[in-house]
Amino acid sequence: MLEMLRAMPADVVVIAVMALTTYACRISGVVLMSVVTVTPPVERALKALPGSIIMATVLPLVAKAGPGAIITLVLALAVMVWRRNDLLALGAGLAFIVAWRALGL
Amino acid sequence: MNDIQPEGRDGAGPATMTVRPGFSWAGVLLGMRMVMPFVPGILTFATVYGAAAAAKGLTLGQTLAMSGIVYAGLSQMVVLQIWTENWTLASLGTIAILTAAINARMILMGASLQPWLKHAPVPLNAVNLFLFTDQSWVIGLRHYESGGRDFGVLLGVGLLTWPLWVMAAVPGFLAGAAMGDPARFGLDLVIPIMFAIMLVPLWRGARPAVPWAVGGLVALIVSEIGGGYLYIVAGAVAGGLAGAFLPEKADA
Repeated sequence: MLEMLRAMPADVVVIAVMALTTYACRISGVVLMSVVTVTPPVERALKALPGSIIMATVLPLVAKAGPGAIITLVLALAVMVWRRNDLLALGAGLAFIVAWRALGL
Repeated sequence: MNDIQPEGRDGAGPATMTVRPGFSWAGVLLGMRMVMPFVPGILTFATVYGAAAAAKGLTLGQTLAMSGIVYAGLSQMVVLQIWTENWTLASLGTIAILTAAINARMILMGASLQPWLKHAPVPLNAVNLFLFTDQSWVIGLRHYESGGRDFGVLLGVGLLTWPLWVMAAVPGFLAGAAMGDPARFGLDLVIPIMFAIMLVPLWRGARPAVPWAVGGLVALIVSEIGGGYLYIVAGAVAGGLAGAFLPEKADA
């Protein structure tokens, strides 16, 4: 295995390692859950997962991005609650942040 | 038996969509349509990546191969930071760990869609998951939550996004870093906004949202104490555990 690695150009090995690692991440959640028995706690965990992933992605990001980003997300959420329209919510958020940044805030 | 009604009102699952899990080319088109709002951000990010790769001394072939085969923007950008001419097993190990840490969120995203994807034929899942991105996840979730079950949606997202992501690196590579700041157009916030508004169709009341708060809080803490790229996974796992141990209703 090591001999094979040494015989290949390093950049090919690096990109292959990245690709295999990434693909393993992409499939393993689906594969793993197909062998796990879905007991009620597992089912509740799965149900909690989407919202948790969203919060875990977005909260640290906006905390770093500052007040403009926070207002943007609150505005987009408000529009989404009001009209239930993804594009409208995205448009409102983007319009706000573009104006906010253009004003140098 | 009409407990799951696909509806056209929000464009996430029109009435023509099959409710039984299945594949349709209409679904592929729907996926392509649903990913449109992300396209400006994808093009910009790819251009920035191409410029960064050129600056690091990668060849155009290496640059495009990485985009096409790895196909995970953030990890590509981070690996560029430590790209070198003299590879050792140690630096290779570092690359593998970094890549896994950045992309580990996809393990949980995949797990969250598994109740739907388990009905798909393995070859289709193999392709859809190769093309799986943050955009695929949030669009797939949106489709699923509004009653849709068409695997074509995921394929459509990938079929449109993949060539754009690969090809848009070319102008960046050739032109170098000579372009405006994408933040001026708010493009850095497209994914956060699309993620955040997904909370609205997911909302089932305050109690099921308690794990979300736990997840967000844990991620915030981990990112503040310097947990690197693992904060998303830490938060997601914490939220999942909170969900597992918190009964949805007292009498359940």
